[in-house]
Amino acid sequence: MKTFHKGGVHPNDNKLNADAPAQVLTYNGPFCIMVSQHLGAPSRPIVQKGDQVKRGQPLTENTAFPGSVVHAPVSGTVQNVTEAPDTGNFARPAIFIQPEGDEKEDFISDDPTLEREISLSPQEIIERIKDMGIVGLGGACFPTHVKLSVPKDGKAEYLLINGVECEPYLIDDYRLMLDKPDEILVGIRILMKALSVDKAIVGIEANKPKAIALLRQKAADCDGITVEALRMKYPQGAEKQLVKALTGREVPSGKLPIHTGCVIQNVGTCFAVYEAVQKHKPLTERLVTVTGPCVESPRNFWVKIGTPVSALVEACGGRPENTGKVIAGGPMMGKALPHLDLPVTKGLSALLLLPEEQAHRRTAEHCIRCGKCVEACPMGLEPYLLHAAVRNKRMDLCERHHITDCIECGCCQYTCPSFRPLLDTLRLGKSKVNQIIRNRNTPTR
Amino acid sequence: MTTLLYAVLLLAGTGLIAAVVLYAIATKFKVEEDPRIDLVAERLPGANCGACGKAGCRDLAKALVEGGDLVCPVCSNEEWAAVAEMLGLHADTCEIKIPVVRCQGGRLNSIRQTTYEGFESCAYAHSLHAGENGCRYGCLGLGDCTRACSFNCLSMNPETGLPEVNEAVCTACGACAQACPRGIIELRYKHAHEGRIYVGCHTEDKGALAMKHCLSACIGCGKCAKVCPVGAIKVENNLAYIDFTRCTHCRTCVDVCPKHAIVSTRPSDPEPAN
Ligand code: SF4
Ligand code: SF4
Ligand code: SF4
Repeated sequence: MKTFHKGGVHPNDNKLNADAPAQVLTYNGPFCIMVSQHLGAPSRPIVQKGDQVKRGQPLTENTAFPGSVVHAPVSGTVQNVTEAPDTGNFARPAIFIQPEGDEKEDFISDDPTLEREISLSPQEIIERIKDMGIVGLGGACFPTHVKLSVPKDGKAEYLLINGVECEPYLIDDYRLMLDKPDEILVGIRILMKALSVDKAIVGIEANKPKAIALLRQKAADCDGITVEALRMKYPQGAEKQLVKALTGREVPSGKLPIHTGCVIQNVGTCFAVYEAVQKHKPLTERLVTVTGPCVESPRNFWVKIGTPVSALVEACGGRPENTGKVIAGGPMMGKALPHLDLPVTKGLSALLLLPEEQAHRRTAEHCIRCGKCVEACPMGLEPYLLHAAVRNKRMDLCERHHITDCIECGCCQYTCPSFRPLLDTLRLGKSKVNQIIRNRNTPTR
Repeated sequence: MTTLLYAVLLLAGTGLIAAVVLYAIATKFKVEEDPRIDLVAERLPGANCGACGKAGCRDLAKALVEGGDLVCPVCSNEEWAAVAEMLGLHADTCEIKIPVVRCQGGRLNSIRQTTYEGFESCAYAHSLHAGENGCRYGCLGLGDCTRACSFNCLSMNPETGLPEVNEAVCTACGACAQACPRGIIELRYKHAHEGRIYVGCHTEDKGALAMKHCLSACIGCGKCAKVCPVGAIKVENNLAYIDFTRCTHCRTCVDVCPKHAIVSTRPSDPEPAN
């Protein structure tokens, strides 16, 4: 079985209750839609207080490249255009909608039958994906249409589909692969057409045998699509690691996967692309895992973007007494939430409720020079050294030792027997070095 | 006896030859350096804090002698005048400054809603969240400023969780103000005899939100601006700011503030004469 070779760790996969069917979350309260839900230039709201909106109506426009838009998840009245806290408790622009009636934009088709015929041209597909607000649903939320527009110095050969889901606890991609395999495969064919590539490889980790078998069987009559089982290892879902695992190619430092001829999309994104292109549906809904050792019955929910996360927790039986931390995303790369009064965004893949005894960090001890972090780093960095360099403000040293290659996977911190805050310092140093590089490259006056 | 004599002669001979060689090299490769550089450098504080923008005190001395228009923010007026005189120049006097911490949130006045357990660095915490009390403008209390000070004059008060300035040691080099990721620290005139008056809050949130985070937040009500007899107070973006060049220390504003957000320090203790 294939995998990437350098570094990586093996956390317990904890895929609790993975075979529970997905449910639709019903919620009728006010929706809060964050204006910018993607990575890139901020968007600008185009609706005002008091406006009537239909389901699927665009609420924002792009200000600059790379941008993406959001749409109304329900029909109703715009209550307010103001600010709401994001996952870091910073106030960001948001639109509040009070649901009313059930009107939708005419172009949306709610017909559930599978549509295999792809009628649009590559250019039209990319344009449609842009208009429907599709972003990478693996977590980074990078606008999908930008990834599909191949830069001049690259040429796409392979489309790699990420069904790895290497983070412990998360089961939403797995559920989607079991529930919507045909739609995902049509989505893949749409993306292949948009990129004009004839080879696509779906990578799935070996702990999901059902998904592998199902997609293999369905893909048998799709030309050019193969399904590859991968040996379990974190962070296999990271772009560069997935390229290595599936094609054996190495993405050089400072380059993008496209420079090795690969474009990577998540399975969730493929489904959203299917919905956007075949059914003309904007991205206003996604699958979210609610899980954790103290959650009674971990499950997946189809949730409308803008629903408060507290509604999700309620639907799972409420917040258990001994909850110490609620994390948006998985335990390795997720972010602890300050409170539950936050809206679901396009990038939210899971809510992980950790009990008090698992929620805290342990006291950092001195580095014992065991080298475990160096062994674990999938990018071949020396975290202990970079940690010291950042603490001593040696940014030149950080740059020379490629701190900007760090993918923030957290393997180093996970593996450190002295519980040192390696990832924290690396992130800090990486952002500082990136700023230094930017300043150096912008000519002064 | 002769052994001893030989040894002494040999040693003296080697010494003599080495001296001649060294002298020759020294005259041949002599670097002409303005003797004033050393004199000026001696006069500078010698802390190498870098606040002037140079790599250290000697580097500044060199730049000054070469005619650079630079200022050592650490020198007192008298010391700076002495440096100027040495270079045949005249120094303008300037008012001495001191950093003030424009946040009174901390542990006493704001309620902690979340707990931060990550790396002890304000810059990092700032990139992650708004703060334990939810205020995105307030002090994070992790001490980046205290670590930036080369004179060790800032310390975190364990009771309030806010940084405190030791006036007697502070040289107003401004390193702390630069280190703070939230721009909470400002350099203001020291006014040793009158004390300082400033708004001890930095939030630009609207009143209701600001009050939710902190008991002593400026809510931008503008009462202080109305009573100030010299018009030194301006309210912008829900935050009052007192212009320290115009404030006359009448302290009228201090009492009208409904949130007790305006800080008024006592006159400093007389500086120790030494
Ligand atoms: S977080 Fe960065 S340094 Fe640490 S293991 Fe991952 S890539 Fe390497
Ligand atoms: S894993 Fe931790 S203790 Fe081991 S070398 Fe890295 S930082 Fe040091
Ligand atoms: S004043 Fe600024 S640098 Fe100092 S502890 Fe507070 S947030 Fe950190």
